Amino acid sequence: MFISIFGAMESGIIYAIMALGVYLTFRILDFPDLTVEGSFVTGAAVAASSIVNGIPPITATILAAFAGFIAGCLTGVLHTKGKINPLLAGILMMTALYSINLRIMGQPTISLLQETTLFNQLGSLWSATGIDAFLNNILSTIGLEQLPTTWAILLVMIVITIIIKLLTDYFLKTEVGLALRAIGDNKKMVRSLSANTDLLIIFGVGISNALVATAGGLIGQLGGFADANMGLGLIVIGLASIIIGEALFSTKTIAKATLAVILGAIIYRIIVTLALRIDFMETGDMKMITAIIVIAALVIPRVLQARKENRRRQQKRAQLDQQLRGSSDA
Amino acid sequence: MLKLNNISITFNEGTPDEKKALDNINLELEQGDFITVIGSNGAGKSTLMNVISGNLMPDLGDVVIDGEPMLHLPEYKRSAFVGRVFQDPMAGTSPSMTIEENLAIAYSRNKKRRLRLGVTKQRKGMFKEQLKTLNIGLENRLTAKVGLLSGGERQALSLLMTTFTEPSILLLDEHTAALDPARAALITSLTEEVVRNSGLTTLMVTHNMQQALDLGNRLIMMDKGQIIFDVRGEEKSRLTIEDLLHAFKRIRGIQFEDDRVVLG
Ligand SMILES: Nc1ncnc2c1ncn2[C@@H]1O[C@H](COP(=O)(O)OP(=O)(O)O)[C@@H](O)[C@H]1O
Ligand SMILES: [Mg+2]
Repeated sequence: MFISIFGAMESGIIYAIMALGVYLTFRILDFPDLTVEGSFVTGAAVAASSIVNGIPPITATILAAFAGFIAGCLTGVLHTKGKINPLLAGILMMTALYSINLRIMGQPTISLLQETTLFNQLGSLWSATGIDAFLNNILSTIGLEQLPTTWAILLVMIVITIIIKLLTDYFLKTEVGLALRAIGDNKKMVRSLSANTDLLIIFGVGISNALVATAGGLIGQLGGFADANMGLGLIVIGLASIIIGEALFSTKTIAKATLAVILGAIIYRIIVTLALRIDFMETGDMKMITAIIVIAALVIPRVLQARKENRRRQQKRAQLDQQLRGSSDA
Repeated sequence: MLKLNNISITFNEGTPDEKKALDNINLELEQGDFITVIGSNGAGKSTLMNVISGNLMPDLGDVVIDGEPMLHLPEYKRSAFVGRVFQDPMAGTSPSMTIEENLAIAYSRNKKRRLRLGVTKQRKGMFKEQLKTLNIGLENRLTAKVGLLSGGERQALSLLMTTFTEPSILLLDEHTAALDPARAALITSLTEEVVRNSGLTTLMVTHNMQQALDLGNRLIMMDKGQIIFDVRGEEKSRLTIEDLLHAFKRIRGIQFEDDRVVLG
C-alpha cells in the first residue's frame, strides 16, 4: 500500500509538469490543445533515442523539451496563420506526430533498461548521501515494513517541478506573460494594446508543449521505455489533474493556481493507484477511471450547487407560507 | 497628424447585400484636434473608426498618421499609434486580471514587451497616481480583479488604459452608449478632462447631439458613407441642434431620422 502510493507520488510529480503545460493552454490561453497526446510521446521518443545513441541523459531531456516546443509552435501556426480551429489544429498535429514519433524511434518501442538514464545517474549520486537510510529508518521506526528503494527520484523531482512552477509563475507576471494571459480573456483588447496576439499564441502553445514533452522524456526514463502509444488519453489526465486541483485548492493567484495543478496531478495518480487496487479492476480500466474522475469533478459541484439552491428556495417558500398563515390567523 | 485620403469600402460587393459603407472619405486632423462625429445609424461612423485602427482594410485610399502610411501595418502594430475605447465596457479590459495587471499590459502599448516583471513597485506608484485622476477610488483597488468592477468603472479604466501612454490618435466609438445616464455623464466629463489635459488628437463618435456640440473644436456629420457637414472653431461653438437638423435637411432634402439620436 505505502509502496504503491509512494510510486504514485513519484510519477505524479512528473506528470505535474505535463499538467502545468495543459494548464497553460486550456486555462491561460483558452486554447484546448490536443497536441499534447503527441508531444508527450515526442518527448519520450527524443529522450530515449538520444540516450540510446549515447547522448547524456540531461542533454537528452533538454532536447525532448525543445522538440515539444517546436511541435507546439507548429500547432500555434496552424491556428493563427492557417486559421484552423484550435481543437482541429491540435488533432492534426497529434496525428502527424504519431508518424514523426515512429520515425524518431525507428521502431514502435525503445527500451532503456540497459541504458543509463537521468534517474540511474541520480540514484548513484544519491546513495552516497545516506538520506535514504535516514528516511527509511524513520519509516521503519513508525512500523512500516516495506520501504522504498530510493527517495532520490521523489525528492529531486519535487525540487525540479517546483523550479519549473516558479519559472512559470514568474513568466506569467512578465510583460510578455501578462499579454499572454489577457489573450485567453480578451484578444481584441490585447490587439488594441499593440501586442502581437498570433506570436503570443504560437509561443504560448510552444511553451506548453515543451513542458509536456519534458514530462514525456522523464516518464520514459522513469519507466525505462518509450512507446508510440504512451500518450493515449493524456489530455484527459491533464484535465483531471487541473480540475481536481481547482476543486480542492484555492486558485486566486497564479502562484496558487499552478500549485493547485501540481497537487491535483499527484492526487490524481494516488486516486488511480488506489482504484486499481480494487480486486476486479485491471490496468486497462485506468482510462475509464480517469474519465469518471473528470466527469465526477465536473458534475458533482453542479449537482451540489443545484441542491443548495433548491433548499434555499424551499426555505424561502416555507417562510412565506408561515408569514401568510401568521397574518391570516391575526 | 491623421490624414484620410479617398477612403472607400464596400461590404458584400456583388451580392444583394452590397453596402457602400464609406464613399470617398477625405479628412485631415490637426495636432490636438478634438472632433465629434455624428450621423444616423449605419452612416459608416464605426466603419471609419475601424479603418483608422486597422481592424478593417479599405478597398481604396490611404491612412496616414504622423506622415507615416499605415495601411501596410497589421492592426496590432497600428495600435502603437492609435488608442481605442470601445462601446462595450467588456471589450477594453481583461476581467480575470487585476487592475494593476491590466494597466501594465496597457503601459507596454508603445514599448517592446520583454521578459521582465510587468508590475513593479515603481510602476505601481505611477498606476496609483494615474488612477487617482479618475476620482472614483480605483487607486485603492489595484489588486482587485477587473471582472468585479461596474460597467462605468471598467469604462473609466479603459479610458485611462488607452490614454495614459498618449497615442497619436484617440478613437472613441460611442464609448458611453452602454452606460446608464449618470455613469455616461461621468465618463463624458472624464473624457473631456483627459483630452484637455493631454491634448490628444481625438475622434469621438456620439449619438448625443448636444454632447457633440458641447465637446471638441470640430464636428462632422456623416450620412450614407459620406461626410456631409464639417464645422469647426468659432462657427461650431455657435451651432445649435436646430442648425444641425436644418443643415441635414438642406443637404439631404429629407428629415434627419434616427430613433437613437438624443437631441439634447
Ligand atoms: N463587417 C460588415 N459586413 C457587412 N456590412 C457591414 C459590416 N460592418 C458594417 N456594415 C454595414 O455598413 C454600414 C455602416 O455601418 P457602421 O459603420 O457600423 O455604421 P454606424 O455609423 O452606425 O456606426 C451599415 O449599413 C452596416 O450594416
Ligand atoms: Mg456604430
